[in-house]
Amino acid sequence: MNNDLLFDFSVDKENKTVYMTREFNAGLDLVWEAWTTAELLDKWWGPKPYVTKTKIMDFEDGGRRFFAMVSPEGQERWFIQKFSAISPKTHFKTYNTFADADENPELPGSEWDYKFSEQNGKTKVSITIYNESLDRMERMVEMGAIKGCAVQYDQLEELLAVLKLKV
Amino acid sequence: MRRDIFQAIADPTRRAIIALIALQAMTPNAIAEHFDTTRQGVSKHLRILTECELIKQEHKGREIYYQLEIDKMKEIDKWIEQFRKIWESRFDRLEDLLAQLKNRKNEQ
Repeated sequence: MNNDLLFDFSVDKENKTVYMTREFNAGLDLVWEAWTTAELLDKWWGPKPYVTKTKIMDFEDGGRRFFAMVSPEGQERWFIQKFSAISPKTHFKTYNTFADADENPELPGSEWDYKFSEQNGKTKVSITIYNESLDRMERMVEMGAIKGCAVQYDQLEELLAVLKLKV
Repeated sequence: MRRDIFQAIADPTRRAIIALIALQAMTPNAIAEHFDTTRQGVSKHLRILTECELIKQEHKGREIYYQLEIDKMKEIDKWIEQFRKIWESRFDRLEDLLAQLKNRKNEQ
């Protein structure tokens, strides 16, 4: 879709670390807002066909985001992200855990580090995940299993839209 | 208790064991000869790798041989790939949202 924009993804299995870098065609202010505001997070966090609902958003050091990913059937999966090391429009960290609907975390979680930088009107977001476990990854993926098809349908839809324009 | 596969391969001795038996199935004694640690130490690593189903035992006569579970190793890559896809899709949605927000601001 956005082939000119950078997307790097690598995994260091030995150190249980995941690295992701994605470039966005937007300024730093807007990208930062999209990552740190509940209203905007809920619009893109998905992933399709899941809907994300943020119940608590307290974006400050020691604060947290408590949110659910809701399946099309209405099944909710809860998560907690605890914020730290916030440096506005530059950097923040989260400690992510699965949780139940009463906000009881399932420890241990994983540590996420997010860096933001802007160059030539594009904003780069670099994410490092420490201490990720395959078990957690599996559970994330299990949820996304249906999503694999949804993404393909999206791509098909986009292709159809492009073809319509050409006709 | 279910073990985490990342944990299993995080240890250098266990990675060396995997590399060793990737070439051919080996007995615990033959594996232990390649390491300075005790037989018990090697046995513990073999037990963890077996619990993760990364290796499996095979009885040949009176000897036990350990061999690599290639499919399980591939499974790790499969989960990682799907995790990557989730984030790719998430990032694409964010990109679309940013484009909408930019347009809205330009219209104002």
